[in-house]
Amino acid sequence: MRFIKNFLLALVTACCLLNSINAFADYQLNMTPGVTPVSHDVYALHMAAFWICVGIGVVVFGVMFYSIIMHRRSRHPVPAKFHQHMGLEIAWAVIPLLILIIIAIPATMVLMRMEDTRNSDIVIKVTGYQWKWKYEYLNQGISFYSNLSTPMDQRMNLEPKGPNYLLEVDNPVVIPVNEKIRFLVTANDVIHSWWVPALGIKQDGIPGFIHEAWADVDKIGTYRGQCAELCGAGHAFMPIVVEVVSKKDFAQWVQKMTKGRIDAASMAPHKDWTKSELLQKGRQVYQQNCQVCHQDEGQGLNKLYPSLKNSKVVLGPAESETQIVLFGSHGTAMQAFSNQLTDDEIAAVITYTRNSFGNNSHDIVQPLAVAKLRRYER
Amino acid sequence: MSEAALHHDHHPKLFSNPFKWAARWICTTNHKDIGTLYLWLSCIMFFVGGGMAMIIRAELFQPGARFVDPELFNQMTTLHGLIMVFGVVMPAMTGLANWQVPLMIGAPDMALPRLNNWSFWILPAAFAILISTLFMDGPAPDYGWTFYAPLSTTYGPPSTDFMIFAIHLMGLSSIMGAINIIATIINLRCPGMTFMKMPMFVWTWFITAFLLLAVMPVLAGCVTMMLTDRHFGTSFFNPAGGGDPVLFQHIFWFFGHPEVYILILPAFGVVSEIIPTFSRKPLFGYHFMVYATVAIAAVSFIVWAHHMFTTGMPIAGELFFMYLTMLVAVPTGVKVFNWVTTMFKGSLTFETPMLFALGFLVMFTIGGFSGVMLSLAPADFQYQDTYFVVAHFHYVLVPGSIFAIMAAVYYWLPKWTGHMYNEMLGKLHFWLSAIFLNVTFFPMHFLGLAGMPRRIPDYALQFADFNQIASLGAFGFGLSQLIFLFVVIRAIFAGKPAGDKPWDGAEGLEWDLPSPPPYHTWTSPPSIESIPERGF
Repeated sequence: MRFIKNFLLALVTACCLLNSINAFADYQLNMTPGVTPVSHDVYALHMAAFWICVGIGVVVFGVMFYSIIMHRRSRHPVPAKFHQHMGLEIAWAVIPLLILIIIAIPATMVLMRMEDTRNSDIVIKVTGYQWKWKYEYLNQGISFYSNLSTPMDQRMNLEPKGPNYLLEVDNPVVIPVNEKIRFLVTANDVIHSWWVPALGIKQDGIPGFIHEAWADVDKIGTYRGQCAELCGAGHAFMPIVVEVVSKKDFAQWVQKMTKGRIDAASMAPHKDWTKSELLQKGRQVYQQNCQVCHQDEGQGLNKLYPSLKNSKVVLGPAESETQIVLFGSHGTAMQAFSNQLTDDEIAAVITYTRNSFGNNSHDIVQPLAVAKLRRYER
Repeated sequence: MSEAALHHDHHPKLFSNPFKWAARWICTTNHKDIGTLYLWLSCIMFFVGGGMAMIIRAELFQPGARFVDPELFNQMTTLHGLIMVFGVVMPAMTGLANWQVPLMIGAPDMALPRLNNWSFWILPAAFAILISTLFMDGPAPDYGWTFYAPLSTTYGPPSTDFMIFAIHLMGLSSIMGAINIIATIINLRCPGMTFMKMPMFVWTWFITAFLLLAVMPVLAGCVTMMLTDRHFGTSFFNPAGGGDPVLFQHIFWFFGHPEVYILILPAFGVVSEIIPTFSRKPLFGYHFMVYATVAIAAVSFIVWAHHMFTTGMPIAGELFFMYLTMLVAVPTGVKVFNWVTTMFKGSLTFETPMLFALGFLVMFTIGGFSGVMLSLAPADFQYQDTYFVVAHFHYVLVPGSIFAIMAAVYYWLPKWTGHMYNEMLGKLHFWLSAIFLNVTFFPMHFLGLAGMPRRIPDYALQFADFNQIASLGAFGFGLSQLIFLFVVIRAIFAGKPAGDKPWDGAEGLEWDLPSPPPYHTWTSPPSIESIPERGF
């Protein structure tokens, strides 16, 4: 017994020490109340259920520990003989049933509210990919991909980790405050799950099917979430960032995004790039899109994600590599990037792979070549 | 043949006669031998699956890439789950049933001894196949123990086919084991052992066997559909061919939810034997305990979709599954209240089996509370696929099923070996396990509520503290289990003689036999008067 006491003491000390070491990271014990009507309701329901459980726990554990203390053999040497009581059995079947009915009523109401996606102001289609999200604003004609923006060096512990480590993206979803947003969630390859705790939304994205969720955020701010359904090796690396802005800022953002799209289209891939420009851009594109599978040194990750070092594809004709990047490789994990990357980006990343990781083909692929193949395939 | 010669015949020694020794264990049809084999398989798998848990916790000790890459991490979570469910809890429970059911109902052996031999010996083959995937070219199964399509079908590594075959074998073994237990309990009860006089452990296993018989074929169907999707051009789960990935989840959880009760019902039986023994008072409400077990088993078939609230079910479906899931709390509550009332005004002592049973009672109830919270569909949208769920099912499985198995081993080990185990070490094992498992799993509730998804190898900084604490707890829990191994091995070879009935409060036919029992027991049935009365 003394050993156990000492041990407990040591454990408590160890926990305190750990806490002081990590004192800079602030942590959270409970569910977030969130910033939408649904998330407030869910939080209230969660707390109600929690306190009911605490109440029942106090009664059950109270009786149990009373017996453990008072009815141990040293205090209570002669056991009682009773072993059944119809009334008690019925009581402790009926009382929990009543408690359950009481909690089921608000649960039903919250659920019905959650499912009511009518009268929305803005519709955003969310598509899960291995391992990124695509957002399409159906009424505004805006569409973009959202990738993890935490640098690989932070993940590999070569650099100190930023405050939003693994919860930051290049292109956040932007939505206006106090408007009902309807999200249509689906996926392109495997099942993903779009989860933003502060919005009270977790909706599985299921390939081939579209499901709905909604949010009406009451507070401007940045809210972060993650994919919640195991979707492969990059499951931890496809976060969600929702920027909630004022209606005015949202209108400006929409304008900027639609204008930007036209600019990108008119720029078209007619400029020839220098090799160093291509390599520099290619490295960026590689880190955002390819590194999760093919790894930072192009060494690949077991059989499913082949190595790019001395690879037959990378050292073979540039056209076939371009085709694989554009249209994917059927029956493998290699997805099609034709809708995700511009011709410039594809040209850059192909140039990069052909001149990195010990590959020395000296090839340069220009955007025009990519554009040609892209059209050809269509 | 004299008693001694008979004894010698059955027990060739490993070192003097290794071939005969191996042949004895491979060809045995004796329920005690097969029970022992099941328990040792489970013990080995416990350390294999536990080692995987240590790798998982080592990776999660700090944020950042630390110990294994994400791909291997996913393989570890998958195999840890599959091994713990199919390789540890299920074989251990079957091993306990093999040892105890014939002893407790006064039967000379299981009803189908050759089938019994086969249902055990399939298992080492199944687990050899499953574990061999780690050494294959390409990844081992890496999509979680629930192996959702299409991650496991279209996107699954080649080793998936080996996992499918291993699951077929495990299913075959479980179905044969279940048939055997049902046949034994229906046909081989000794005269006077009516259904309503059967010990609770026998009752819970009787019901569990029906659950196994009902759902293992469903799992076999599920993995067969995966196989045909992968290789024979079907599209059950592939939307591109008109299939539905959610169909997979419906089939899987139609197996999976009753499976959860398959893992816990025999544990209820064990605890219902141990608490009365050490309270020196009969089980309170025996009849209601039986009815509650039947009720839990029946409801288990119609609650499966509560694992799928976020898949976009229609609201009518969500309400149906929410209400029925909440209903499970009623019979489960009845059981907990009956156990507590059994202790009330008893004369309690706290030997190791009782400590584990009480650990079960407290921590299983905590797991039950988080289960009630999870049943509330709207709240489940926040809990689903987070560490809150991980905390919940580890609370019902580790201090639930695993503690019950350990309680049972400590409780019946003197009977099986004829030796008392070391009580001091047993208690130490309990306290270390109980403390470390709470250090491991309790912070996971906070992690889940704070927003940490499950099955991620790296996480945001606000989750760092609790992950570190959980990892330390896990290492402590893992190391503490070596005490268990030591105590068991020591009790097999040495220790004070146990006597026929080492626990003064114990009731039941098994305690009328010598310790260790002879190789063949109840060759003539026990007398009717020796069967304890239960209830009314």
